[in-house]
Amino acid sequence: MRGVSFVVNQGELVAMLGPNGAGKTTCISVLLGLRKPTAGQARLFGLQPTDRRARSRCGVMLQESGVPDTLTVGELVELFGSYYPHRMPPERAIGLAGLESQSKQQAGKLSGGQRQRLYFALAVAGDPEVIFFDEPTVGMDVESRRLFLQSIRDFSKQGKTILFTTHYLEEADQLAERIIVIDRGVLVADASPQEIKSRVVAKQVSFVTPAPLTQADFAGLPVSNLTIEDHRVRLFSNAPEALLRELFRRGVDVSDLQVVGADLEEAFISLTHQAEKQMAP
Amino acid sequence: MSTATTQAMPVAPIGRMLWMETRAKFVARLRNLAFTVLSLGLPVMFFLLFNAIFGSLQAAPGVSTAKLILVSYATYGVGNVMVYNFGIGLANDRGRKLDLLQRATPLPPFVATLAYVIGALIFALLSLILLGVVATVIGGVRLDVGTWLDLTWRLMLGSFPAIGLGMAIGYGSSPNAAPALANMVYLPMLFLSGIFVPLKQLPSTIQHIGSVLPTYHYAQLAWKTIGLNDESTLVALAWLAGWSIVLFALTIRLYRLDQDKKFS
Repeated sequence: MRGVSFVVNQGELVAMLGPNGAGKTTCISVLLGLRKPTAGQARLFGLQPTDRRARSRCGVMLQESGVPDTLTVGELVELFGSYYPHRMPPERAIGLAGLESQSKQQAGKLSGGQRQRLYFALAVAGDPEVIFFDEPTVGMDVESRRLFLQSIRDFSKQGKTILFTTHYLEEADQLAERIIVIDRGVLVADASPQEIKSRVVAKQVSFVTPAPLTQADFAGLPVSNLTIEDHRVRLFSNAPEALLRELFRRGVDVSDLQVVGADLEEAFISLTHQAEKQMAP
Repeated sequence: MSTATTQAMPVAPIGRMLWMETRAKFVARLRNLAFTVLSLGLPVMFFLLFNAIFGSLQAAPGVSTAKLILVSYATYGVGNVMVYNFGIGLANDRGRKLDLLQRATPLPPFVATLAYVIGALIFALLSLILLGVVATVIGGVRLDVGTWLDLTWRLMLGSFPAIGLGMAIGYGSSPNAAPALANMVYLPMLFLSGIFVPLKQLPSTIQHIGSVLPTYHYAQLAWKTIGLNDESTLVALAWLAGWSIVLFALTIRLYRLDQDKKFS
């Protein structure tokens, strides 16, 4: 990771968005004191993330973690609650996770979705002020996911600070007030969902020209990620109609024209490209 | 985050954490059938088997072989609990990344480790009581209460090298490799130390190898209770303390390697 810097304030609901392998988990691990950064620092409540006083105010749901299979949901929630100074009644944490009917079941006998909800119950068992969720909805079915997102929303309304990672733009958009976009270890954007979406909805445009064009032919036009291979031109644009109108006006002859909505992966590429351009003088 | 809130930041009391963690570790082990059978059932089964075959012999003037077998399998049993509890238990915790999740909570690592040790000691005590009851009721082998108490503190105190060995295996191997490694290291040590077969019946080279192993000195410590020891309690304890230092140093080294791999 390089040059990632941000502050999350009390009561915020923040999504960290990025494709797989972007560095989201690394970022969360540094914030939780599970990994030491080679340079730079992370602080929780102004303390080292490894400080027990700071950890006593944080709940965590990691992407990869496990609990002993032979303990029941109730026992585990009670156990994790005991690590914290102001735990909530175990029944409440189990209720928030929607696991009332599984509370006497051993963890090893839960389904994948129920297991995720158990980890949610463990994260909130200590009634923390800040909660970190790393890819919380991975492996959940549609209904579990809906319930889960609702739990996060309810938690946020109680004034809790929440930071969660996801690779679904839709999920970040539905839930968060602020989205931090990370790609390949670089902070690409830190803005409201509306702003991110307006930047992300770039269309991918591709066409063939009779004579090869050069980068100079696109000077001043609303394009990003421009690639030219012989006669084939590929680019991203937020305003493809205006772009094509301008190209036609300049007398560029176009064939095999395709304009498609960019998927998230491509949108990240376009965002990264914008970020690189902003950084360059 | 807001710096105004750094004053008065409470943490949970260590005592309650330790109690909850110890109870959870103990209950989780007890419900693990493979572990329970291995560590409670095997010593009892071996004792009954060998007692039926050799129990009526005389190990030494005035001491029946039955008593020797009982004390030997009590030693095996307690060592067993330690090696498997830590060897397989820690490897499994690492495999399922429980250590990672707990590391992100306010639970201090030393409390988790202490809970592990206390839980194992209780389990070892349980194995000793079970063997005692079976030996008395079914095997008809009687030790007086004083001998049992003497044996208990010796087996508990002398089990630290076994804890060290178990932890080294737990931090140094994967969940799949740990059971095999534990058996491949621990079982030959028992054979070479005179716990399964009297050492004097083995070739002298093997006797020499055997007499430096921690299991040999552990057995010597235990056999003192029935007067069948070849070295004094003090010498045995010194050897066991030395082995503890070596094995815990190895554990710390392997633990650091594991942490480096995971957290940097």
